[in-house]
Amino acid sequence: MVTRRFGLLLATAVALALTAGLPAHAADRFITVASTTSTENSGLFKAILPQFTRATGIEVRVVAQGTGQALRTARNGDADVVFVHAKAAEEKFVADGFGVKRNPVMFNDFVIVGPKADPAKVRSTDDAPVALRLIAASEAPFASRGDNSGTHKAERRLWQAAGVAPTGKWYRETGSGMGATLNIAAQMDAYALTDRATWLAFRNKGSLAIAVEGDKRLFNQYGVILVNPKKHPHVKAADGQAFIDWVTGPAGQKAIAGFKVGGQQLFFPNAGEPGA
Amino acid sequence: MDGAFAQAFLLIVSFDAGFLGIVGLSLWVTLSAVAISAVIGLPLGALLAVCRFPGRGAVIVAVNALMGLPPVVAGLLVYLALSRSGPAGFLGILFTPSAMIVAQTILVLPIVIALTRQVAEDLWAEYGDHLTSLGRIGRAAVGTLLYDGRFALAVTLLAGFGRAAAEVGAVMIVGGNIAGYTRTMTTAIALETSKGDLALALGLGIVLLALTLSINVVVFGATRLWHHQLR
Amino acid sequence: MTPVRDRPSILPLAADGLRFEARGARLIDGIDLAVGRGECVALLGPNGSGKTLTLRLLHGLDRPTAGTVRWAAGTDTVAGRKRHAMVFQKPVMLRRTAIANVRHALAAAGFPRTEIADRAQAALARFGLQDLAARPARVLSGGEQQRLAIARAAALEPDILFMDEPTAALDPGATRQIEAMFAELKRAGIALVFSTHDIGQARRVADRVAIFGKGRIVEQGPAERTLASPETEEARAFVAGDLPW
Repeated sequence: MVTRRFGLLLATAVALALTAGLPAHAADRFITVASTTSTENSGLFKAILPQFTRATGIEVRVVAQGTGQALRTARNGDADVVFVHAKAAEEKFVADGFGVKRNPVMFNDFVIVGPKADPAKVRSTDDAPVALRLIAASEAPFASRGDNSGTHKAERRLWQAAGVAPTGKWYRETGSGMGATLNIAAQMDAYALTDRATWLAFRNKGSLAIAVEGDKRLFNQYGVILVNPKKHPHVKAADGQAFIDWVTGPAGQKAIAGFKVGGQQLFFPNAGEPGA
Repeated sequence: MDGAFAQAFLLIVSFDAGFLGIVGLSLWVTLSAVAISAVIGLPLGALLAVCRFPGRGAVIVAVNALMGLPPVVAGLLVYLALSRSGPAGFLGILFTPSAMIVAQTILVLPIVIALTRQVAEDLWAEYGDHLTSLGRIGRAAVGTLLYDGRFALAVTLLAGFGRAAAEVGAVMIVGGNIAGYTRTMTTAIALETSKGDLALALGLGIVLLALTLSINVVVFGATRLWHHQLR
Repeated sequence: MTPVRDRPSILPLAADGLRFEARGARLIDGIDLAVGRGECVALLGPNGSGKTLTLRLLHGLDRPTAGTVRWAAGTDTVAGRKRHAMVFQKPVMLRRTAIANVRHALAAAGFPRTEIADRAQAALARFGLQDLAARPARVLSGGEQQRLAIARAAALEPDILFMDEPTAALDPGATRQIEAMFAELKRAGIALVFSTHDIGQARRVADRVAIFGKGRIVEQGPAERTLASPETEEARAFVAGDLPW
């Protein structure tokens, strides 16, 4: 039934499909960086990447996903570099042989936001785990990302430090990114843990405001890793390393520090810091 | 809502390069998917109508059911196939517009095949004896059936276009929503929503609707003209 | 394309012992029919007597359960270029103009692409239909559509034309026009086999008649004689206008 002429037509159509997307956009040199939605949404990449491209001629394509998904993407070899904020997961990634070396690059901090009315009275404390304990005790609504992201892992660590296992109708796991979770929190007048960058850029705050900040345990460390070319030979190792060198080097670190939203610096470069 | 209309208006008149790029990419991806689905699906649908073979009923049911394939599932399947760790990874087209076209074609193709089959089958019921008499049976009848069903098939392609233009799940997963490269109108809307910029998201939505409406107006006008040329 | 008379004809057509069964019922049986070159044969009989089915079997639209259909030029299949055509009771009109319908048929029959446009024009002009050329075929009247269908079939230059109740749905004026077309076709040497239950039409047009009854041919012979003095019981009943069963 499928005659040769039709087969030829089919082959042409498929070839067209596969190459159709390639025209004008095909840059000669580019790397794919798997990062997180919160980092992308903050606007950091939009601010600093053009500087890297100008300096090296390498275009950077950022695929923003949840931390778990970003690491999986890198594990599959679908990215050249991974840029996330989940130290334990990153170290495992390198230990498993998928990454060459973990390079600390910058940190930002998390804040706990909540309704201005503050039913759980968390503004009374600067201690993050204590605040969470207060929320659990009063069963005030709390919106969690619940998606195994860096933010979610940080949140779980804080609950552990608080000695509370959050369950019950007041604890809502959205399974979504930071922005979507904040949308839901604003709707529900709930507390939530968010990175400061996303919070500052967020346009739908509703009646929410920062309730707790500054606790050292709220600090959020970022690492950048080259995907191991031994596991995935097609990885652009040289260009990927060039990116890592730039972002951990003086030019990149300066660019990071120079990125401000509403006059506030969101990310703090600490590439050289031991133990970061 | 006023904020949204204002945003939509600003977007259009600003001719912002980034915005135009997003619109251009959306059209390129979706129209390519529809074009490829038409080339493959129209003849296949007609063939399915006129050929008899064992298992034909099952194929028809399967194709009809695939019209309801969730875009995010289609995206996931294509992602797994195109990932470097997957069977077609060597193509290296994950996170490119090509992957998006593939995913959308998978969504549009069942619609084109299923609806074409029905149109062709109805026409065959009417024309069958005459075409058989002329020797146009099986594969040879496809051209006649497709041409005579052209108005119904135009609407079929519009249905396919609508499905592709509206979906976000597939293109998000296989495209990666990369700024300036694989960001389409629907993924941009999803992004702005997640950033809480609802006015901008809605503004983009209004532009998308206006675009879809324009395309439908053009197609309707064209078929009207074609119809009139017959009189 | 060589004109009808200069090519080896596919006629005479000989059908022997045709039988057709469907869903356990024997619809026609023992049909013997021969058609010579240029002959005009009318298949007469009430509804349900097997006329349409016989035409379909002769033309090859259906396969007989038993029996053979033999052409002078060997057995022929429906698919592929052949020199017989068929017109149906309700004319099948494609969703295009009248002349486009004719062009479609010519292309399907395999005429050279460069000749099709001219041949289509000529086919319509031959029967005085040229004014209908640019009109959408589906908006034509019943009579116009049937005339178009016949002109379209004639354009294929068949040796024989099958017609299933061509005037059954038409008024006398349109019927007259169709019968005038028959005369023209006969002049061109095309054999005609048509079914009808209008005895007058058979008398006016046919050389031979075959009278059908309950799936069999009860009598056949020269038109004048058979209709004037039918020999069998059933044929007599039919010609007299009685309900045969």
